[in-house]
Amino acid sequence: MNDDAVFRALADASRRLLLDRLHRQNGQTLSDLCDGLDMTRQAVTKHLTILEAANLVSSRKEGREKLHFINPVPINAIAERWIAKFEQQRLTALSALKEHLETTPPSRKKKKD
Amino acid sequence: MAGSQFVYVTFIRTTPQRLWDALTDTKAPMDYWFGCRQESDWKVGSRWTLTMSDGRIADTGTILEIEPNKRAVIEWHNQFKPEYTAEGPARCVYELEQMADVVKLTITHTHPRENAKYIEAVSGGWPKILSNLKSLLESGAIILKPAA
Repeated sequence: MNDDAVFRALADASRRLLLDRLHRQNGQTLSDLCDGLDMTRQAVTKHLTILEAANLVSSRKEGREKLHFINPVPINAIAERWIAKFEQQRLTALSALKEHLETTPPSRKKKKD
Repeated sequence: MAGSQFVYVTFIRTTPQRLWDALTDTKAPMDYWFGCRQESDWKVGSRWTLTMSDGRIADTGTILEIEPNKRAVIEWHNQFKPEYTAEGPARCVYELEQMADVVKLTITHTHPRENAKYIEAVSGGWPKILSNLKSLLESGAIILKPAA
């Protein structure tokens, strides 16, 4: 699944709202998702198609109903790709600090007045 | 919808056989699964056990359905945290589907209880396991270090 499709899908407030609603209550029908939203059924359908194409949402038929589920896998991939590297920098900074403190003799510390 | 359910979907450039072998590996600790080890002979009605790298039992269960390279259904009962154990067994379905040069893997973890805490708790872990599994099968290496 390519990152472009995921970022494009996320670059829309209505689609993020649909993901938030699925995170709160997973496995909703189109009607459930439309409930209380200021969006037409057609617009919600269109957004769900884009979210499904980006693999952010999956759907499954249960009886006569089609249920929609948020898929946390691509979101985790983005976090690993974009956030883990910054954490790594912080960890490197911390280990450099630790090394500095541990190799600097205590006698060279400034005395308090 | 009654009960709790999470669905995880990933596409992996591999064969159904290789993916199946990784999912049902009992030979060694699974690097992609934070070093957990599983035991089962993968026959309907057989026991299934997942043990953490420190030897504690994470989950136990029973194989409910099996169709090699395609589908497995496991009754999945957490043993690690009393509050999850008390919720009773969950159910986990693996589905593998060949699509051109990739295999679509769908993992559905369900619990008959509404807002089951266990299903919520594992929803952070599955994406990491699947991301490790994808790296392992596509490049032969795991990027993430196993969780402590």
